Amino acid sequence: MAALLEVLNLNAGYGATSVLHQVNFAVEKGGITAVLGANGAGKTTLLRAVCGMVKRSGQVRLEGKDTLGMATEDIVRLGVAQVPDGRGTFVDLTTEENLRLGAYTRRDKAGVAQDMERVFSYFPKLKERRAQQAGTLSGGEQQMLAISRALMLRPQLLLLDEPSFGLAPLIVQEIFRIMRRINQEDKVSLLLVEQNAKLALELADQAYVLETGRVVASGPSSQIQQDETVRRSYLGH
Amino acid sequence: MEAFLHQVFSGLATGGIYASLALAMVMIYQSTHHINFAQGEMAMFSTYLAWTMTQAGIPFWIAFVLTVAISFVAGVVIERVVIRPVEQAPVLSVVTVFIALLVILNSIAGWIYTYTIKSFPSPFPAEPPFGNKFISSHELGTIGITLVVLVMLYAFFRFTPLGLAMRAAAQNPVSSRLVGIRVGWMLALGWGLAAAIGAVAGILVAPVIYLEPNMMAGVLLYALAAALLGGIDNPIGAVLGGFLVGVMENLLGAYLIGTELKLTVALVIIIMVLVVKPSGFFGRVLVSRV
Repeated sequence: MAALLEVLNLNAGYGATSVLHQVNFAVEKGGITAVLGANGAGKTTLLRAVCGMVKRSGQVRLEGKDTLGMATEDIVRLGVAQVPDGRGTFVDLTTEENLRLGAYTRRDKAGVAQDMERVFSYFPKLKERRAQQAGTLSGGEQQMLAISRALMLRPQLLLLDEPSFGLAPLIVQEIFRIMRRINQEDKVSLLLVEQNAKLALELADQAYVLETGRVVASGPSSQIQQDETVRRSYLGH
Repeated sequence: MEAFLHQVFSGLATGGIYASLALAMVMIYQSTHHINFAQGEMAMFSTYLAWTMTQAGIPFWIAFVLTVAISFVAGVVIERVVIRPVEQAPVLSVVTVFIALLVILNSIAGWIYTYTIKSFPSPFPAEPPFGNKFISSHELGTIGITLVVLVMLYAFFRFTPLGLAMRAAAQNPVSSRLVGIRVGWMLALGWGLAAAIGAVAGILVAPVIYLEPNMMAGVLLYALAAALLGGIDNPIGAVLGGFLVGVMENLLGAYLIGTELKLTVALVIIIMVLVVKPSGFFGRVLVSRV
């Protein structure tokens, strides 16, 4: 399989503080890559760096095209959607307006309407709340909205920042089930950053472990799952 | 009773002008959290532009449309060239830039057109409509045009994808970039729209207060009072505040304090709002953790 996203020697940070050091990783076309790590390991910064939201150097290649000098808005137009840290809800707008914004760069009205129905079929709750102000949705619903908004771009690569964060186990399971469907049915490649290592490793085919801004382990998820240090640090057994 | 109604109607007419200018300030405040103190001078400059065109023999309504269009472009250019470089600067630097813009526009207008007070033509007939005794044609026309502008703006922000994107960019720039909105351009468009609204307000008020480089100083103060009264971050509040301030100004001036002290009404409103209810009638109470 060819790499959809290929990151080489990535350094990134905020102002004078550098967070990521010489990070290498890849997301295969149609694949699911998970990045594991504790709080402060640099997971969120990693996703921000892929989208050009922080100062960065190295190479970030999307289908072989280097995106290092590109603005976030233009990287998005290449089909990279992100479910950001904190969900990024437009709280004063309605659920439906949030979704329409997700499709802002698209011009195919019929396709957009079709995708709106599709995300409503994934998350029927959102359909009930389509005219409601998004800030009034529950945490789980806002996470569903964030994923749906990202899907409205009809992305080829979807970046997810801790989709399980702060949610009840049942909702987390539902969201992970839908992420698998998105990957299999819609052929969207996923880059998933998670603290919940068990869930992430079950979903992903490739995994990387990030510690204080460096990749300390990488390989197929099944192999990472067996790794002694990973098991002790992240899986708790 | 006749005099009272007349005061109310003419208050609504000037109130529409305050509402427009207040709305222009609120639009920029919402996306940048700064008050554009130069909003009035920008409107004044636009009004001179319209005057120049009518002097050159261009029919009033064509001059009106051209002025609004040119003001829109000028607003966009000012944002790109003057405001953008200080986007990340501390608040005092930005305020300084706004004040500088105010003084520069004022001085250039004085230099080109001199400080002599000029009359400005009203596009409306001199005699009152339908022979009524309460409202002049210009006042009625002002109210009408203001309402049309407000409804068009509402429809634009409420029903068009671009309007939605502008609202999104104002409230959450980070998420907006992540859906592909060019946030910088949305800010510039906001400036353009604000300048265009200001141009309409300037052209409508000029026949009443006459044309001179300092004409908008008082109007801006009333508009600021209106914006604060309605809630500085709420466009609908700013519009209601504008009409309210216009009527209050007229009634207080006519029945209580006299015309000489009218401008104090604006200052009293500003102080009252800031002391009693800083968020205004419809504003959001801002809570920040320290």
